[in-house]
Amino acid sequence: MSQPLLEIRNATKIYGGGFLQGGSKVVALENFSLTIPEKPATITTIAGESGSGKTTLANVVLGFVTLTSGQILFRGNDVSTLNRQQQMEYRRQVQAVFQDPYEVYNPFYRVRHIFDMVIGRFKLARNREEARDLIESALKVVGLRGEEVLEKYPHQLSGGQRQRMMVARAYLLKPSLIVADEPVSMVDASLRAMILDIMLRLRDEHNISFLYITHDLSTAYQIGNQIYILYQGAVAERGETSKVIEHPKHPYVQLLIDSIPVPDPREKWDTSISLPSEEEMRTSVNSGCRFYPRCPRRMGRCLYAQPALYSIDGVDHEAACFLYESTPGSQRIAESETSSVTQK
Amino acid sequence: MTDQLAATATTLSTNGQTPVLEVKNLRVHYATPLGDVIAVNGVSFNLKKGETLGLVGESGCGKTTTAMGILRLVQPPGRIVGGQVLLNGVDVVALKDAELRDLRWRQAALIPQGAMNSLNPVMKIYDQIADGITTHEGRQPRRVLRERILGLLNMVGLPGRTADLFPHELSGGMKQRVCIAMAIALNPPLIVADEPTSALDVVVQRVVAQTLLDVKAKLGVSMILIGHDMGLQAQLVDRIAVMYAGNIVEIAPVKNIFEEPMHPYTQLLIASIPSIKEKKPLRVTEGLTHDLRNPPPGCIFQFRCPKVMEDCLHYVPPLRELKPEHFVACHLYE
Amino acid sequence: MVGAVILLGLLGPLFWNMNLVYVSSSPLNLPPAWVHRETPVATQAPTPAATATKASGGLGGSSILELMESTPSPHRDNPSDVGPGNPSGDPAHPLGTDDQGRDMLALIIAGAPSSLRVGFIAAFVGMVLGIILGFSAGFLGGWVDAVIRTAADVMFTIPVLAVLFVIAAYLKHLELNEMALLLAIFSWPAPTRFIRAQALTLRERGYVRMARLSGMSTLGIMFKEMMPNLLPYLAASLVGNISGAILAEASLEALGLGPTRIPTLGMTIYYAIRGTAILRDMWWWWGFPILVLIFMFAGLFQIAIGLDEIANPRLRGAKAQ
Repeated sequence: MSQPLLEIRNATKIYGGGFLQGGSKVVALENFSLTIPEKPATITTIAGESGSGKTTLANVVLGFVTLTSGQILFRGNDVSTLNRQQQMEYRRQVQAVFQDPYEVYNPFYRVRHIFDMVIGRFKLARNREEARDLIESALKVVGLRGEEVLEKYPHQLSGGQRQRMMVARAYLLKPSLIVADEPVSMVDASLRAMILDIMLRLRDEHNISFLYITHDLSTAYQIGNQIYILYQGAVAERGETSKVIEHPKHPYVQLLIDSIPVPDPREKWDTSISLPSEEEMRTSVNSGCRFYPRCPRRMGRCLYAQPALYSIDGVDHEAACFLYESTPGSQRIAESETSSVTQK
Repeated sequence: MTDQLAATATTLSTNGQTPVLEVKNLRVHYATPLGDVIAVNGVSFNLKKGETLGLVGESGCGKTTTAMGILRLVQPPGRIVGGQVLLNGVDVVALKDAELRDLRWRQAALIPQGAMNSLNPVMKIYDQIADGITTHEGRQPRRVLRERILGLLNMVGLPGRTADLFPHELSGGMKQRVCIAMAIALNPPLIVADEPTSALDVVVQRVVAQTLLDVKAKLGVSMILIGHDMGLQAQLVDRIAVMYAGNIVEIAPVKNIFEEPMHPYTQLLIASIPSIKEKKPLRVTEGLTHDLRNPPPGCIFQFRCPKVMEDCLHYVPPLRELKPEHFVACHLYE
Repeated sequence: MVGAVILLGLLGPLFWNMNLVYVSSSPLNLPPAWVHRETPVATQAPTPAATATKASGGLGGSSILELMESTPSPHRDNPSDVGPGNPSGDPAHPLGTDDQGRDMLALIIAGAPSSLRVGFIAAFVGMVLGIILGFSAGFLGGWVDAVIRTAADVMFTIPVLAVLFVIAAYLKHLELNEMALLLAIFSWPAPTRFIRAQALTLRERGYVRMARLSGMSTLGIMFKEMMPNLLPYLAASLVGNISGAILAEASLEALGLGPTRIPTLGMTIYYAIRGTAILRDMWWWWGFPILVLIFMFAGLFQIAIGLDEIANPRLRGAKAQ
């Protein structure tokens, strides 16, 4: 059996809570696990709203933030124990595209600086011509021409062009994995399709896997193979994208999908559903299921123990909800029952 | 130019009642060192009482500038260079500053983009709303004011104790609803909402959007909703005006826009909306391709139009009513 | 304006006889060329004050006029009280001379650029220190940041001039460059804090993250990504520091703690005070150095404003309506 490309085991990240910070902790990620296989290339979507932990996850995979506990294994190697050379190799294999297509450019330099930087550090070309060819071929993949864009300054290009160049830059290194953190949310609606299309092509024609992080389930539906939906730092539901979105099981995911405005004027929101009041939405519970305050189907035990991921279909569709505990095929051992499991 | 004027005559054909807002050939330019950028190039439309008009288009198309022009909030280096904006019959463009002050907030209110971030962090919510009211209506007896503010908060679905909180104690959605409350405080006939839910989570967005619907139903305000989330537009608006590069290319009831878009740009827009109800192949289109300083002669969409013809390169298509209430500016339908 | 001063320093020696800087090279106590004084008949012996100054300055020249003192005040029109006479200005010394026979113009030509030089060196060294420390503190964070930050804060509370006085008084002979370095020691905290703040902001920028992702080393990021964007701010800060350094330097010298053998503006003022120029109505003695200082500060200020406009494009755009 080959090693998975990326394996995250029980990753937990807690901010604050230290001596000097007055003791208020934020649990950004809790016991998060994920596996991305080496082959075939896949697009794994991490979906969630603000505060769900998806940005923390991106930062952790990219090495900007260290975990409080848990491991990240890239092809079997723990990312936190790499030596200098291995770190460079990791950088080469794992690249990123970020949300803001303007901020990622240094306004002092022309845009070709982003390519030169990479080619220089990783010694991808021996001379200027090779470098130029390399850049041209990367730009071709995203549908841009070098002579049109390379010598411009960032503010002279459109958001869509800049974002495509970022993808080209990531592609230049021929990585195995690209972490795309909300790559299209700041790009115009009409250009999103183009960038998503590029991602699909990179997956299918160049075998590059993606970790696609977003809050927009509609785009996830279009391109993802697998999806993990996060709620306040833990996985609420995961599985094959179409299954999860078409047949959501976790109450939070059901609410989420129901709330997406459908671009069809005949299908309006059901205004008779009473939505949870906002104060309830903001509390995060320390014991028990995080969604308890808002859950329309909560039970007594949900307050005292966190549900593990229970299988829905016996294959890969799982939801963290006690409602599904006894469905056939659920064999997971409950991961972490918090200490406050008391008798009622 | 005369084509546009002719078009406005046709758009005036509402069913008899005077529209709350009539925009006639509004033009806004931005001065740059290399010449004027034509941000809004002769925009005309009407807004009936109680109607919500959605203004959609990609970034840079001029939708925010149009709204700012209507409210006379265009900042230098932008300036209104022509046209009329009749708000309940009064031409806003021609008003002087003092008269403008009267008009603001009482006749037209704005919920700007990121409004929740422009709440004063050191004032309680109550005080901020009270400020808005007393600035425009003068001093109010305390009890009356309090009741009024609590009533406003109630209308947007916020509990009364919100009034005594500071902005940082509220969540994003609550802050946005406070902004809505402030906008309706003086009961203006027109509210302009610029991407009111863009920074909010999906579930919260739904709550805020439904609040807007409630407010509209209870007060009968007319609203212009600017945005680019077509899904949201489908839920909230009655009519949609599609803008491209400073021009309106199509205005129609929301159903028509989604089911039978007629302008090629609208068709591209509708086709590229990702949906969770069906998997669609991804349509790929290029972005804005011409310099807004030098619009080409003829139709503004000629560089991107998949159905471009010879006429399009030379003649600007006028906005014409092709079906009841459905206006399109395209040579295809001549 | 600053350029004018520098030019003056460079070209001045070409067309003005710099030997006039030296003591006793010129007639004593001449007012500027355009001042015309009454020249009462020289009848009395020189006053005691005059004798004392003469003794310290040495004698020069031979004519009676040259040996005379200027009188205390034009209000004293009683000829019998007046000293040996008020010499009028001499076109050969357009700005007058001091009581040791130094020509003012020469003093200014020599002194102004050296004041500027001290200012530059002090500010520059301080800035370099500030860059190194500020970047390290901002970018590396952790204990490095804590140490540097605390050190800078402590330095802020030390009364700079007081300490400088003590140090300068202790070192009996002070050269110009030594003084510059001394000032530099006290001018690093401000740039450090400033650059640290900028580094903290820039650290979170998207392009810095991109650079890390591209495998750039910390030093590489600091100098290739962050610095270029800071240059306008650095330049503006530098100019501010120069003004501060010049002022400190002039203050020290005016109190007699600077190099006394090299002509500088501050030193001139020192001698003016010591020679009771105010009482003696030799306004040109202290007036011109101060004017030149003001001129230099104004020039530096203009540069700072100009740099601020470059750094902040919004200020630039505000004019073009």
